[in-house]
Amino acid sequence: MATDERKNIETHPQEPQSNGRRNLIKTLASIPVLGALGLGVYAKTKYDTEARSLGTNFTFNSRPPVPAVMEGKQIRIGLIGFGIRGKQLMRGLGFAEPQYLQTLIEAAKTDKKDSRYQQFCQQDDLNISITAVCDIFDIYGDDAILAGANVEREGLSGKFGAAPKRYRNYLQLIAADDVDAVVIATPDQWHSTMAIAAAAAGKHVYVEKPLSWTVPETYRVREAVKQSGVVFQLGHQGRQTDSYVRAKEIIDRGILGKISLIEVCTNRNDPNGAWVYPIIDGASPQSIDWKQFDGPEECIKEYIDYMTTNKLERFLGPEPRDQFSLERFFRWRCWWDYSTGLSGDLLTHEYDAINQIMGVGIPHSASSSGGVYFFKDGRTVPDVLQTTFEFPDKDLTMLYSATLASNRPRGKVIMGHDAQMEVSNTLIVKADQASTQYKDKISKGIIKPDEPFYTYIPGQNDVDAITSATELYFAQRGLLYTYVDGKRYDTTHLHLREWIHSIRTGSKPSCDIDSAFEEAMAAHMGTRAYLEGRTKYWDKDKEEIV
Amino acid sequence: MTTNNSYSTPQLCALVLFRLCVGWHFAYEGIVKILKPNWTSYPYLMDSGGFLGDFFKEMAGNATILQYINILNEWSLLLIGLGLITGTLGRLSSMGALLLLGFYTLSHPSYIGASYMMPFEGSYLWIDKNIVEMAGILVLLLFPTSQIIGIDRFLKKTVPLFSKLKLI
Repeated sequence: MATDERKNIETHPQEPQSNGRRNLIKTLASIPVLGALGLGVYAKTKYDTEARSLGTNFTFNSRPPVPAVMEGKQIRIGLIGFGIRGKQLMRGLGFAEPQYLQTLIEAAKTDKKDSRYQQFCQQDDLNISITAVCDIFDIYGDDAILAGANVEREGLSGKFGAAPKRYRNYLQLIAADDVDAVVIATPDQWHSTMAIAAAAAGKHVYVEKPLSWTVPETYRVREAVKQSGVVFQLGHQGRQTDSYVRAKEIIDRGILGKISLIEVCTNRNDPNGAWVYPIIDGASPQSIDWKQFDGPEECIKEYIDYMTTNKLERFLGPEPRDQFSLERFFRWRCWWDYSTGLSGDLLTHEYDAINQIMGVGIPHSASSSGGVYFFKDGRTVPDVLQTTFEFPDKDLTMLYSATLASNRPRGKVIMGHDAQMEVSNTLIVKADQASTQYKDKISKGIIKPDEPFYTYIPGQNDVDAITSATELYFAQRGLLYTYVDGKRYDTTHLHLREWIHSIRTGSKPSCDIDSAFEEAMAAHMGTRAYLEGRTKYWDKDKEEIV
Repeated sequence: MTTNNSYSTPQLCALVLFRLCVGWHFAYEGIVKILKPNWTSYPYLMDSGGFLGDFFKEMAGNATILQYINILNEWSLLLIGLGLITGTLGRLSSMGALLLLGFYTLSHPSYIGASYMMPFEGSYLWIDKNIVEMAGILVLLLFPTSQIIGIDRFLKKTVPLFSKLKLI
């Protein structure tokens, strides 16, 4: 201790106990700091909630709750196609292959943080049974039987329920008396044909996207579903994404101002993402019904007619259709002979999201460009694709841009005159520097155009300007979602659940046949624009692509 | 501690100023969380690392425990902050502050290779801001001021039990 300080202590006499006033001052000396803190908190809160929220804070409409656990008669499901997506749909329904669950059980044992098995077990029971499965590949067919019988959701040593009957032809499955509804997860060339057959037999239909492979069958499937009155759902599970529902409300409230451009993207960068799927051991001409794989005759004829009429033979094949090929069986998405390419597989997700959010309908025109620029493995469908959709009656352009050879995240951006919105699992709205609506507030510095003035995190009902960066950071990684809902929902499960709920109650599912028709036509326009190398138009009156 | 009046005036001022700063920090952290209805410690706990990372994640995974953690954390922060600012139960407040910071440090230790979703700003190796604040609070604990400047000056005389229990 320094000398002068010691001196100070020595000369600091003990305060007399009787000095009440001095005591009181020393006792309460720091209390004014509380006042400063209170004032500071008040000023900060006022700034955050009043000034920066534009005075237009609002509460979202309450979202209909997830359909409750289903009561009533058990619905009997038949599943057609037990490949990659078929397995995911079966799990979304609550049934999984014992081998798959065993892997999850083992993973949970070695890594406590791995809660996939626990989450699967917690997924609600939809009060359904899998009574029938159909696959033209024996290994998938056998796996599907095991999955359908795994009613207890157990691993290899679990107890099984009644095994579903395996059919080798989809028509037999559709005709079965013990099937009320069918889930179709086959390659694209079969989607509409199977949906039409199911609807004609009065069976409710859940079909994977895209709705159709050829243009003519798109009209037929719409007609068949409408005439039959069955409950139809197209497999765009994005319809269940919380932030899309909220994005629609934000747009409907005019917060973005007039929207002129939407940019949506696909970015992947690995062979699996480019549809180079593994070839399964045991696959052979003996275990695969190649003739049935090839496709429905009527549609193949329509496809070949379109290609030859437009001098697009270079996109056919290149192998003969009747030539057995493991590559083509497992990696069918790489060839137009079975696939709808980037348009049908991935553009449709983006288009459907925007159609859900803004109700854009079928575009007036589509232009596309791109090519096979990276995966030069003999495929005929492009791995880089840009499609521009014009909606002149809405004064709007939607630009889709995709590459399968770069992971750069780009996301969905909806650009309005007053503000732009980035749509992912969260929503971020930023004002535009030149906005008319927010001009005054920008000039006064109340709104900073480079900072989000609205953020939305799934599960919360209020939009506010004071969501912290931390919260947003976590929410974009999906952590808050789990907690706020109390339970993490898989959107595929929710989408199937909505379909089952509609079957029970007669309500309209979110991606019904009209939305599906719009999705398919938009995708076909993009595809044809690419193949033909010219802009394709939608004749609204004749309902034709010209 | 019985060295209440042995500080020089500058020493006393510096110690009280430091106590007020720490108190302000704690109180405002508490207020922010209490004012935000949706605030939860869930993502922070789920982001835990180090040798106790799993323990904190398990706590976060239990909805009932998480609810208690949330309430305890936000109100402890506020009460500790107010205690330090006003000099009320100064020793208890300092110990509480050490305990809370200890938990944060155990949940997010700055070990070599540590990587968190929401890292501190700045660069740290072993010693991070929580540990610096802890070391500061240790000084407050050993060089108390609440009995000189603070409500404890009054409590010491009127409620001797607090002194006996070493809460002030």
